[in-house]
Parts: sequence; structure tokens; C-alpha cells
Amino acid sequence: MSEGTLDRRAVAAELVRTANTAPGGPMLVVCGLGSTVYDIGAAGDRPENFYLWGAMGGAAMIGLGLALAQPTRRVLVVTGDGEALMGMGALATIAALQPTNLSVVILDNGQFGETGHQRSHTGLGTDLAAVAAGCGWRTTVKIDDMAGVMALAPRLQAESMLAVIRISPAEVPRFLPIRDGALLTRRMRDALGVAAD
Amino acid sequence: MALPPWQDGVYAALKSAGVRQIGYVPDAGHARVIEMAHADNDMHAVVCTTEEEGIALSAGAYLGGQRSALLMQSSGVGNCINMLSLPINCRMPFFTLVTMRGEWGEFNPWQVPMGTATEAVLKATGVHVRRAERADEVVEIVEASARLAFDSHIPVAVLLSQRLIGAKVWVK
Repeated sequence: MSEGTLDRRAVAAELVRTANTAPGGPMLVVCGLGSTVYDIGAAGDRPENFYLWGAMGGAAMIGLGLALAQPTRRVLVVTGDGEALMGMGALATIAALQPTNLSVVILDNGQFGETGHQRSHTGLGTDLAAVAAGCGWRTTVKIDDMAGVMALAPRLQAESMLAVIRISPAEVPRFLPIRDGALLTRRMRDALGVAAD
Repeated sequence: MALPPWQDGVYAALKSAGVRQIGYVPDAGHARVIEMAHADNDMHAVVCTTEEEGIALSAGAYLGGQRSALLMQSSGVGNCINMLSLPINCRMPFFTLVTMRGEWGEFNPWQVPMGTATEAVLKATGVHVRRAERADEVVEIVEASARLAFDSHIPVAVLLSQRLIGAKVWVK
């Protein structure tokens, strides 16, 4: 299988730009454990970002809980193929509810990049967009060039979908955003105007 | 199967605690609560493929300003261990009701190892554990434990004993 060519930081920058310019207000972004945390953090930290430094496999379900709690806001889960694979059942759980304000974007490099670039299941043939479609997601897309990413941006501001964006497995410098989970939680709730309890 | 009336009281306790999202992996002991959650327009009932999904769901709900509870049976507690780092690191409440298997008149030996380990596993991962043994104490324990979880921002599990929910009757 040929490798993806997209620069993950360029993709992440476009996703954050998309999140910041959504007509309904800043989109809430949940980042799955691994390099997508660095990518989204490097694109510019914002209180509407929630970075996972653990809880592998939980990103999409956090997105679901957030989307159900905030039906007027759009929620965007950005995660990697390894994190999505660990929580693959969540694709069925989310599809069963068909939330209209939640999208999941998987940056797929076909590898477990954090742990030494072992090939992941997507690098060995698993098609997560097809998995999502099989789970009942009505809109799934696969993208492997920047024109596709640019075309995706306005759709993410209005539609719910699962998108797999094939990125280059090349390593990029690490960027380490906030790791304090309590702080990340507090500032997200503050940004949403949720009263302290 | 006749459902014990305390299950209605459990649902009422979840409602009065302000729970708006219920994640679950089904168990007969939760059947009535699950049915009531689905029938309630002010409740999101989320069937999960595995129990740790419900922990992540609860975290997302809390981020968005809603309270959530997870219903599961004791075998599911083992699936939750790593995901419990989420509410603990984020100082979020987490509230779960666990129906016990493998402890009282259990027919299925495969339920025994996890049933035996459930309380120890929860405590080892930082969850505060309460236990209900009798029908007349369940609702009060659920109410108090929900307050503990949501007002003190800690993970709390209520174990509903197998004696309480009734050992599964198998007919050959």
C-alpha cells in the first residue's frame, strides 16, 4: 500500500482554521492520544481544544458526550489511526445515535508513530471509512490531497461525517501542549459558559 | 421476568441527581432503568459496545456541562481500567452502577474471576466503592453516592449485589 503524502501539520492547521471560522461559533476539538495532540496544539492553542494524553481509544466517545451536551455547538474529534482503531466500537455507538453536530477526522499514517513506526491495521489493509460506513455512518470520506482537505473544511462546519485523511508518516518536531487534564477541563467549560460546581 | 420495584427508584435517583446521559452495556439487573432512559425525552440513552466507552462519554458530557452515569455488570469493570485515568486526571465526576455476577448462586463459572476482583480493581484504580445488598437500601445508597460523585468530583461506583438483583436462573 502506498504511503500518504500530506503534511500532517498543514492538515491540522487547516482543521483548526476551519474550527475557528465556523459560522456557529468556535468548534470544540477533541484530540486523541498521540501525534494529533501535537499537530492540533502546534496549530495554535485554544480553550476549545481538549488534548488527550492517555485514555487511548476514548476520543470519539468524549466527542459524543460533548456533542450531546452541547447540541448547538459543533464538535470535531481529530485523532490518529491507532487511537481510532483502539476505540473502533465507538464508531458503531455513535452511528446508532446519528448526532448531527459531531464529526470524526482520522489522520491516517498507517503507523503507530509514537512507538517506533510499527505498521498499524490501516497500513495492513483496514479501511476505517469503510468500517464507519458499515457501522451506519451516513457520510464518510477519504482524502489524500490538499485540495480534498480544503474542500472538506466548509463541510466540517456544517455536516457530520467521518473523514479519513491520509497523511505522510514522516516525523515532524514534537509540540507539547497542556497536559494538565483538570486545567483543560476547566477552560473548556469556561469557554462554554458552564458554571463551576 | 418481573422487575424489582427498586429499579424505578434508581432511575428517579439518577434524574434527581441531574443525570442527562446514560451510557450502558446491558444487564438484566439494569433492564428497567435502561427502558426508562430510552422512554425519557430529557435523557440521552447510549448503548455502548464496551464499558470504557461509557467513561469517555461521561467525560465528554461533563466537558459540555451535563452529568452522565454508566450502567454495566461486573465483568465490564475489567474493561474500564485504563480509561479511568480520564476522570481522575481531569478531576471530573464519574458515576457508575455495577450489577454483580459471580458472587451469589452463580451458575456460570466464567463470571466468577471478574466478579471476585471487581471491588479490588475499582479501588486500585481510584474509584470510591459503595455496595447495596438489600432492596430497601438501594435507592438511598444510589442517591448518596451520586451526590458524592457529582458534588465532590470523584469517581464513584455502586455495586448492586447479585443477591439483590437475583441470580440468573438457567433452565436446561
